[in-house]
Amino acid sequence: MVTALNKKLLRDLWNIKGQLVAIIFVMATGIMAFVLSFGVVDSLELGRDVYYDRFQFGDVFANAKRVPQGVKKQIQQIEGVAQVETRVTFGTIIQVDGMDEPATGRLISIPDNRDPLLNNLYLMKGRMLRPDEENGVLAGEAFVKAHGFDLGDRVTMIINGHKRELSIVGVVLSPEYVYSLAPGAMFPDDKRFGVFWMSLRALEAAVNMDGAFNDVSLRLSRDANVEDVKSELDRILKPYGGLISFDRAEQMSNWFVQNELTQLRTMGYFAPTIFLAVAAFLINVVMTRQVATQRVQIGMLKAVGYRDMEIAMHFLKMVMVIVVVGSVIGLVGGIWLGSGLLNMYAQYFHFPYMSYSYSYDVMILAVGFCALAATGGTWIAMRQAATLPPAEAMREEAPTEFKRTILERLNIDQFFSFLSRIILRQLERRPIRAFLSALGVGFALSILVFAFFMEDSMDYMMDVQYDVSQREDLMLSFVEPRHIKALEEIRLMPGVMNVEPIRSVPVELRHQYLSKRTSIMGIMPDPDLHRVLDQNLQQVAITKGGFILSKKLAEILNVKVGDVVIADVLEERRPVLELPVTAIYEEFMGLGAIMDIERLNAYLNEGPVVSGAAVMVDPNYNGPLYKNIKEIPSIIGMANMSRMREIFEELMDQNMLQMMAVYIIFAGLIAFGVIYNTARIAFSERSRELASLRVLGLTRFEVAYILFGELAAVVFVAIPLGIYIGYGMVAGMVASLDTELFRMPLVINSDTYGFAVIIVLVSALFSFYLVWRQVDNIDLVAAQKGVE
Amino acid sequence: MMTDGTVFKTEEITKQYGMGDTLVHALRGVSLEIPKGELVVLLGPSGSGKSTFLNIIGGLDQPTSGDVHFKGEALAAMSDRELTYFRREHVGFVFQSYNLVPSLTALENVELITDIGVNPMPAKEAMRAVGLTDRLNHFPSQLSGGEQQRVAIARAIAKRPEVLLCDEPTGALDSETGILVLEALQNVNRTYGTTTIIITHNAAIADVADRVIYFADGRVSKVVKNEKPKDIHEIGW
Repeated sequence: MVTALNKKLLRDLWNIKGQLVAIIFVMATGIMAFVLSFGVVDSLELGRDVYYDRFQFGDVFANAKRVPQGVKKQIQQIEGVAQVETRVTFGTIIQVDGMDEPATGRLISIPDNRDPLLNNLYLMKGRMLRPDEENGVLAGEAFVKAHGFDLGDRVTMIINGHKRELSIVGVVLSPEYVYSLAPGAMFPDDKRFGVFWMSLRALEAAVNMDGAFNDVSLRLSRDANVEDVKSELDRILKPYGGLISFDRAEQMSNWFVQNELTQLRTMGYFAPTIFLAVAAFLINVVMTRQVATQRVQIGMLKAVGYRDMEIAMHFLKMVMVIVVVGSVIGLVGGIWLGSGLLNMYAQYFHFPYMSYSYSYDVMILAVGFCALAATGGTWIAMRQAATLPPAEAMREEAPTEFKRTILERLNIDQFFSFLSRIILRQLERRPIRAFLSALGVGFALSILVFAFFMEDSMDYMMDVQYDVSQREDLMLSFVEPRHIKALEEIRLMPGVMNVEPIRSVPVELRHQYLSKRTSIMGIMPDPDLHRVLDQNLQQVAITKGGFILSKKLAEILNVKVGDVVIADVLEERRPVLELPVTAIYEEFMGLGAIMDIERLNAYLNEGPVVSGAAVMVDPNYNGPLYKNIKEIPSIIGMANMSRMREIFEELMDQNMLQMMAVYIIFAGLIAFGVIYNTARIAFSERSRELASLRVLGLTRFEVAYILFGELAAVVFVAIPLGIYIGYGMVAGMVASLDTELFRMPLVINSDTYGFAVIIVLVSALFSFYLVWRQVDNIDLVAAQKGVE
Repeated sequence: MMTDGTVFKTEEITKQYGMGDTLVHALRGVSLEIPKGELVVLLGPSGSGKSTFLNIIGGLDQPTSGDVHFKGEALAAMSDRELTYFRREHVGFVFQSYNLVPSLTALENVELITDIGVNPMPAKEAMRAVGLTDRLNHFPSQLSGGEQQRVAIARAIAKRPEVLLCDEPTGALDSETGILVLEALQNVNRTYGTTTIIITHNAAIADVADRVIYFADGRVSKVVKNEKPKDIHEIGW
């Protein structure tokens, strides 16, 4: 049997259903965003760990020119090494029918009579290779999917200068290529970069590596010292043209996966935490006021013998309804959207196992936080009402002590009408309440700024990166450094408008006890295409002998202009260079170190060579140009900048911006929820007073002016407050999204502020309208009698 | 009327509000005995201390000094929790401003009390006692002032309280409606033997009471015992 008090509860809830829906939605939104983001990141991390473990992803990797098989034994004896797998790998150009641009690829050997010990493959479709199978390959899933290939399809590759036709017998995934990135590329372009596995014997024969290998992976024992193993491995491989070894953290695919996950985790922490906090704040304020309006009823309940606990339970039930409904919607929605989002990520990380795993901790945290905020607000208001002796609670609140406002004391009140003075006094009488209302609306505005910001920042980053800084259309890279004359050949190709030399050298940079592996890029002192910018987008001069570092790299190495950085060159003769830093420049992606190309070549003592070229192209000649490039065996890589931009934008659309669109909707609704509630509560707190004024002869408009004037003042204060808070949130986000892979520029367009303010104003006007209809309907007689 | 015992006994109770300049003496030492089963009327001008007195004996407020005994038990010694139970089990209140819960129907407003009572009467019976059986499912906003006040009385008596405290129950009503309300109160007093204390401005009501206590300036100025209280219909307004 439903008690009368519970019936009251249900009807009270029904009465404030508009507000209730708004609060529940705000809370559900906060919980949803929280659960969704954490769930996705947890699931991805779990998927990665399981994958790496089951498919024996290596711990340490190294490449060399040509290492005789006999050396493998030496490597096996390094202390801490549990397993060694040697391979032959080779870069290749892939010709795909119907695609002008060349695609590049990587061929990797697999043993003929056994499974690989490390970096094993997950077979998705087809079969593994037969021993000595010469014309069959296993293809990475990403490339196959991008081109719509099927088993039995043939791919044409240029391997070591020879054209080969190979047939796809199986489609696989590899822990080494979760992210398939072409060398030097910032983003995966599955159409233009593919990974293939071939029989060891067949590949050895094709690239003249009989009895030798050029790639090593190690699995370490649990107690191994990674650094010791790496330096011992380097020592062993050095005579064979070994490049410095690297561990998992430095492995390309894993590095990207890690960066991506860090980014997601940061976003997953940041936005939802803000949403949840705003939701909690709103719930707290609303509940406090909701209970405050029931002061008289609380007094009556006490007078007739209800205990404090019973009354508290009554209001807590009201909160619980909000918390339970909000949580259920939030959790179900979060899990549902989360698994959808995970599927989206699954397409682009290639993990064989991925299931949405939700952690109860996260859910409990989110729900608990909201419940606490709601209960807290209710509790405080409840205590205030309940600690009053019932006789006093039942009386209308005594007229508060009104003071003359500061304006009046300063004698400038004559500029304000009688009605305006009512508004001013009202605000001054309850400054904290007015401030909290403004803070609520300000929060609403700030999360809008925050949500819109992402797109501003991405756009800016893209514009700078691809229009102002890297103005080349293509970035070509050669198999090996070539004489600068090779550029003349490119210059003569159809459609080429400008060519600049690029020399890229892998290095380990050291300063104090800090070190970082990257590459130094040598460019022309005064480049037109590949330009280096400072934070005001002014070109940074590369003087003769100049050495400039990107800001992030300088941070990692703790370097200032004038400090000397030690560079261990990681190829050929491996000289050690001492380079004074001449400038620091701004870069949003990667860890750049740049030098005058002539100076770099002089340091390396290699004469005028280039490892690649930045090329500007007349887009009308793309077809013939690509055809030409495909025919040059020495070109191993071609990055198409506009294509990279497209891919990046696609990636952003697919991932971040979709999430942002959701956030924008959430933010808009929260904003409306906050403002509507503020207006609604202000109205219910003052309906009797307003009715009295109506009785005294004020018109509806005059009464509405008093109410809305107060709200308008709140919104007016809220706007700068919100902009300020929004900027702070964005700055916090930018600071915590600072990864090695990329940094977000702190750019907020005036549009963003404009939109945010407009949404807030429209919400305010619409809320005013909804409340105005109630002002219109004030029952003068009933309000005077105190009937609510 | 039976007067076998005293329900309330107060000794020199005072009540002060505020501090310093704004100190208000609401009660300046009131000593009274109220016998069981009587219908008592408190008369006096505004600010004479009637409401404060009523709130204190009803356990809604604490005196600044002095003692209140309810059937020999000192209210001052009671904890907040004990006071709550005192109100819950023994006292029914009727307020000038009705204080009905607007979101509950008339019957449900009464059930609000019967839900927590120790030995309540059925809510419908309480409604019958105030003559409102045809308004059970109306919300307060659908009732007239007099009807609302009678619901408040039904609510107050439904728990079968030993005392019924009414603070200007007819203050907001016209005379005809007021008579209906007073009739309901007198009816309750006679039927259930509930000690009933009514505050009023209206001296005419004094004729229906067993005892009339006059308040002036925070003190009791006189107590008149009415040997032959009139029926509510016999008095003129």
